[in-house]
Amino acid sequence: MYTDLVLEHFSNPRNVGTIPDADGIGVEGNPICGDLMKIFIKVQDNRILDIKFQTFGCGAAIATSSMVTEMVKGKTVEEALAISNRAVAQALGGLPPAKMHCSNLAADALHKAIDDYKSKVAARAASG
Amino acid sequence: MRPLVYLDHAATTAVHPKVLEVMLPYFSQKYGNPSSIYTLAQEARKAVDDSRETVADILGCRPNEIVFTSGGTEADNAAIKGAAFSTKQTGNHIITSSIEHHAVLHTCQFLERFGFEVTYLPVDEYGLVNVDDLARAITDKTILITIMLANNEVGTIEPVPEIARVAKERAKALGTNIIVHTDAVQGAGALDLNVNRLGVDMLSLSSHKFYGPKGVGILYLRRGTPFMPQQSGGAQERHRRAGTENTAGIVGTAVALKLIVEDMEHNRQHCQRLRDRFIEGITAKITRAHLNGHPTLRLPNNVNFSFDYVEGESILLNLDFAGVAASSGSACTSASLEPSHVLTAMGIDAQRAHGSLRLTVGSDNTEEEIDYVLSILPGIIDKLRAMSPLAEPNK
Repeated sequence: MYTDLVLEHFSNPRNVGTIPDADGIGVEGNPICGDLMKIFIKVQDNRILDIKFQTFGCGAAIATSSMVTEMVKGKTVEEALAISNRAVAQALGGLPPAKMHCSNLAADALHKAIDDYKSKVAARAASG
Repeated sequence: MRPLVYLDHAATTAVHPKVLEVMLPYFSQKYGNPSSIYTLAQEARKAVDDSRETVADILGCRPNEIVFTSGGTEADNAAIKGAAFSTKQTGNHIITSSIEHHAVLHTCQFLERFGFEVTYLPVDEYGLVNVDDLARAITDKTILITIMLANNEVGTIEPVPEIARVAKERAKALGTNIIVHTDAVQGAGALDLNVNRLGVDMLSLSSHKFYGPKGVGILYLRRGTPFMPQQSGGAQERHRRAGTENTAGIVGTAVALKLIVEDMEHNRQHCQRLRDRFIEGITAKITRAHLNGHPTLRLPNNVNFSFDYVEGESILLNLDFAGVAASSGSACTSASLEPSHVLTAMGIDAQRAHGSLRLTVGSDNTEEEIDYVLSILPGIIDKLRAMSPLAEPNK
């Protein structure tokens, strides 16, 4: 039911962990639904310098989290915002139809981390 | 590549070699239609009749009280709809439990669309139905009670003989008749299936759960029980289930049931030893692991644990990589987005229900296999917890 690439990312997920001094943190999903993703980003000169994730969820949830971290590392904030859940699934060679809605949330978690980063920058600008 | 360690016997079992052997002649040699008159067909007729007698002997009933179906699901559908639609004039109330198999639950929900009212009894934290709750739920409109003999997910054994006794006593006091059905699909090979000791009017079994073929079920139908056939067509099965008999499947089913019942005491002890080894091993080796189901009123082959902070499908995928076949109550392993209705009904929260793992052992499993799984499972749980945002560090 899963592509080899999904299983490969699930088995050897990239960029697992946390960033203690993250510039942005995004959380998407809900443990009640069986999927919860947390993405940490470090941003420098408008680029995603480092990214880490923690995920509670199924194979698709873990693989999409891993894939999205690979896709955005080194990208600009704008490029990262342009990545959709669908693009992450495509990069993995597709997901089973049932997983497209419930477990394909990694890009949303990334976007929330970027929103968090932007609001912190705006807050700093306002107070500074 | 490691050989497969199969720990999903509650899902299905391999056909026993002896069962396969007795089935084979009925595909291409003794293939006659049991309803036909010539010698070839009469061989098939005799095989079906003999099989019916074998099954009846084991259940402690008459051969003509046995109806062969296409499986446990059809047996449940036929029993519940057949009883409900034939007694609608006398009442419209059905009592079941909230942890039944979907073959029962969805059939009851279907009947609600036809004017039937259904009480879904709650269960306690172990998955047990309370007989007092049941007694209180009975009204003069109650026509049918259907409670499973043992639960397929957590292995909890329900007090069916007591339920049947209470139902019959209440019906007698009310001057009504209540039909008692039990889905005994998970009980074969582990529990007493004698219909008189159980006190039931209808009972369902599924062949592929006891080393028989898929596509064959058994419905016991006590003589005199109101019944409306749910399949129209020929006169097979004494007009109770139309359709040409699955001769090979029926022959295999009877032999499989005979083998599992003859070997029951040995098999029970074997499975229970492996089950307890699993439960003790997991409890000792993995923190924050919770046994789901009853500690003692439990099928001898069922192990069901929830592991905090991790999700079931991820456990199953990792086990599969290591050659182990198991099951989970996680939503990801079903077609719906909801976690197991059984665990939810037991008051287990959604997160813990998503993190459940069911291991069901069988006669073919060995202690070495259990030890192998116990050697890899803690690492799998650790790995998943290490990437879980829910896990508290050092727990």
